[in-house]
Amino acid sequence: MTVDPGIERLLRDLAPQVLGAVVRRYGHFDAAEDAVQEALLAAATQWPAQGVPDHPKGWLITVASRRLTDQLRSDEARRRREAAVTLAEPAGPASHAFVTQDDERASGRDDTLTLLFLCCHPDLTPPSQLALTLRAVAGLSTAEIAGAFLVPEPTMAQRISRAKQRIAATGARFTMPPAGEWAGRLQVVLHVLYLMFNEGYAATSGEQTSRPELTAEAIRLTRAVRRLLPGDGEVAGLLALMLLTEARRPARCTPDGALVPLAEQDRTRWNRGQITEGLALVTGALTTAPLGAYQLQAAIAAVHAEAATAAGTDWQQILGLYNLLERVTPSPVVTLNRAVAVAMVDGPQAALGLLASLESDERMAGHHRLAAVRAHCYELAGDRAASAAGYRDAARAATSLPERRYLEAHAAELAGTAARDGGAGAGTRGAGAGAGTGEAGAGAGTRDAGATGSA
Amino acid sequence: MKYLLMIYQNPVAWQGMPESEKKAAMSEAGAIVDELIASGEWVGGEALADPSTAASVRVRGGVPTVTDGPYAEAKEQVVGYCIVDCESRDRAVEIATRWPDARLWGMEVRPILSPDGVEM
Repeated sequence: MTVDPGIERLLRDLAPQVLGAVVRRYGHFDAAEDAVQEALLAAATQWPAQGVPDHPKGWLITVASRRLTDQLRSDEARRRREAAVTLAEPAGPASHAFVTQDDERASGRDDTLTLLFLCCHPDLTPPSQLALTLRAVAGLSTAEIAGAFLVPEPTMAQRISRAKQRIAATGARFTMPPAGEWAGRLQVVLHVLYLMFNEGYAATSGEQTSRPELTAEAIRLTRAVRRLLPGDGEVAGLLALMLLTEARRPARCTPDGALVPLAEQDRTRWNRGQITEGLALVTGALTTAPLGAYQLQAAIAAVHAEAATAAGTDWQQILGLYNLLERVTPSPVVTLNRAVAVAMVDGPQAALGLLASLESDERMAGHHRLAAVRAHCYELAGDRAASAAGYRDAARAATSLPERRYLEAHAAELAGTAARDGGAGAGTRGAGAGAGTGEAGAGAGTRDAGATGSA
Repeated sequence: MKYLLMIYQNPVAWQGMPESEKKAAMSEAGAIVDELIASGEWVGGEALADPSTAASVRVRGGVPTVTDGPYAEAKEQVVGYCIVDCESRDRAVEIATRWPDARLWGMEVRPILSPDGVEM
């Protein structure tokens, strides 16, 4: 279905506000969410032909409320027939009165945050949190979400419905978490937005052009959270990290879809507007808010963004930031990325020593990024034969097709030059393995919990 | 992350099994499929016809050769597959462990390459 982009944007912006209004009035998050989806679908089919109504939000709330109360009434009737016992009346008044804009004037924005907290309930698995957030908060259809994750629609429908059942089972309500839980719950919300971004960023090299752009959705939702929590340094840090990473998108692939490593990207193609905004955000956060993992990752991305050439990268500063990041959120993935910086500052031998400590960690052993960074160190040390063998090991361990192709091609290139001269003088190609969102195994997204370490 | 679960069986031994045991194994596998559908991890899967119905195709010097039978001669053959989308390799292995064929013959769990990737 192709919907006018203006209408589509409007519907996605309104989706969480409409759902919030309906849930607050009638309860029944599960059924209300279905009803809002139906209302969004009705709008997507009717508005392009009939024009956008004067009060689009009121229109959607009215349609969704009607669907919901019809559904609740028919469920109730069925229960009565089945049990032959009169149960309680359906929750809330079944009013079909047209909703005016005044009716929900102040609540719409806060509802987005309340919904995010609900969809990112800690009892759900990250893939469930992500799927439910995309549907209930971002307003994507099940088909679109299934397309984004390359699974059949019934699989995704089942995942979403299961997530909603789980929320109902926890007894969670449509309210803000209590003050004592707030910080921890916000961390989960930010992590889900981070995963959404990574999922989309990894997907941009794929052949499927019809996949919805999850990076754009993640940035949109993170902006919404930032409007609500402007003083939170980690929200600003996450938004900065997303913008600074997304800025590289025009340079990260060749026209035929092959990945271009950070060190070889044409930096003139990076998006300056996103870099400027990201730099301002991270600078502001670091000077005003307590230090956090997203701010540090954004700061690392900022150092890369500020270097006009790969050779001009301030690795000393990057290493300092990784040292801090490792203290804030220790994880083998952070250590792996720190090793790349160590190789550039203290030399490849020092980095290889650090990598040795990761080999006994079962979360990293056998991971293709560990093999790739090790190969990169051999390359810097001028040992091309060992480097080529290492890249081949990494290619075998990779579960991403474009990453495997890159690693195989690079191994072949090194094997060729090793055969020719075996000499030293390896450049910085491949430096910054895992820079950007790769810090937390971005390619693995939600599907490789073992590698998602730093957030 | 998607995984291919290949179900291996000895077709001769399978045919020799009592009907009741075959039925029990099939309903056991069916119950796991239902569970995977309910959990949102099931992507798809099918049972395959007997390996003797297979055609193996090779082209050498531009000349195709088609032979009857499976690619590799072996007692145990792939008789079915399923694709699951689950959180980790451990979870995929756990699913394979429960398959009745894993007790009788074996299962192979292989990650499916993702078209997605991140530059290094």
